[in-house]
Amino acid sequence: MDRVKGKIAIVSGAGSGMGLEHVRALVREGARVVGFDIAEGEGPGLVAELGADRFHFLPRRSVTSASDWADVVRECEITYGAPSVLVNNAGIFRSTRLESVSEEDYRTVIDVNQVGPFLGMRAVVPAMRYAGGGSIINICSTSGLVAFEDNFAYVASKWALRGMTKAAALELAADGIRVNAVCPGETETPMLLNSTEPGTSLPPESFPFGRWARPEEIAFAVLFLASDEGSYMSGSEVLVDGAYTAA
Amino acid sequence: MTSQKENNMTQRLAGKIAVLSGGASGMGVSHTRRLIREGARVISFDLNEGAGPQLVDELGEDKLLFLRGDVRKAEDWERAVAAGRQRFGTPNVLINNAGISPLHSLEKVSEEDYRRVIDINQIGTFLGMRALVPSLRESGGSIINIASTAALVAFADLFPYVASKWAVRGMTKAAALELAKDGIRVNAVCPGDTDTPMIRAIADTPSGALPPTDDLPFKRWAQPEEVSAAVVFLASDESSYMSGGELVIDGAYTAQ
Repeated sequence: MDRVKGKIAIVSGAGSGMGLEHVRALVREGARVVGFDIAEGEGPGLVAELGADRFHFLPRRSVTSASDWADVVRECEITYGAPSVLVNNAGIFRSTRLESVSEEDYRTVIDVNQVGPFLGMRAVVPAMRYAGGGSIINICSTSGLVAFEDNFAYVASKWALRGMTKAAALELAADGIRVNAVCPGETETPMLLNSTEPGTSLPPESFPFGRWARPEEIAFAVLFLASDEGSYMSGSEVLVDGAYTAA
Repeated sequence: MTSQKENNMTQRLAGKIAVLSGGASGMGVSHTRRLIREGARVISFDLNEGAGPQLVDELGEDKLLFLRGDVRKAEDWERAVAAGRQRFGTPNVLINNAGISPLHSLEKVSEEDYRRVIDINQIGTFLGMRALVPSLRESGGSIINIASTAALVAFADLFPYVASKWAVRGMTKAAALELAKDGIRVNAVCPGDTDTPMIRAIADTPSGALPPTDDLPFKRWAQPEEVSAAVVFLASDESSYMSGGELVIDGAYTAQ
């Protein structure tokens, strides 16, 4: 129960969906976590569940704002200390096609899914360097490995995130900072379960496993990369897709 | 008694019975120790005796069964599975770890030398998967094929090795699709240069096969334990939605 004991982590999008499970897994294994989200969501409830000495939640912070990121890092340093783990988890989905997507909708998806992780990585690097190294985990997608119809902006943002993961891994290797992507397939989160837009998701029976992933199954990959078990892993993707992209 | 209970609770591979090839040297030794420390029982086999008997002394006969065997022979796989079933029960994990990496170029390699690498690295992996499927099907399982960064890019003077590892990566995906309905997961681990006798032998011979350590983003090789940690993760139920993929343990080498 101490695979990430003593580590201090920042998780974006920590108030709902997969973010909740990342926080639970990290705290269960001994980390202290600062989570933030654009909304309150289930964040306050998670603080009550895990305890304020283990989980500090900041609502109404946006990944698209550099000053919000600076604020989150500062709060982390004050509350627990310098972070050595960052989970860029916040993301949005919009059903979009190349021909019909508005520039505004395109930019919205890119801002949250792509510019957000860029700002997050940039914001934590000084603190991680100060902490003597760290692990950055970018929640990507199978949409960063292949393409899906009606996913134009989302696919663009996730391929960019996968590329940034490799570029950052090279740049930060000398500082002992590892950067990896986790690429989940369809996962049982509100983002997918509550959407009826075309292209959101494929039915469970269309997957080799006959089901979607559960959020906990993604959190285990995050935990592995956050821990020192992943000490020689950087610049790569951990695929959690039940063999979907093997087809 | 409390410590025993706590120990069981934190063991990530409690109840796992793993078949491991090439378990008597290099990375195989590290995999054996790590699997058993996490609660698995291991059926290890190797062409050579190597560190096999010492590992049994170290870890105990109730945890480790060591056999001599050749991954190129279907009957040796069957023998390992039968002996393992008798000692521990039905295997639910397979680690295809045995491999060789002799230096050969396309132009100069003999057909015999080429076939030898393919036989051990590729046919051996195929025979291992085929031999274990009936056991793994009984209650689901995880197959872990040790590939290489040579399955993602190419290296000079390792022509047959690169061929065999790309094939292992492809077989991993094909098997993952075929076996998904049986609850059998199949993944590859792709280590970069790792501090083992196999890599040290390459380092001792002039060739274009090994990037200088200074050219590696991490400025060092991987340690075998860093690869074993990935094997444990894939063997455990933590990776229950992972199949057909590669875990790349290369310190950002292939990101370049």
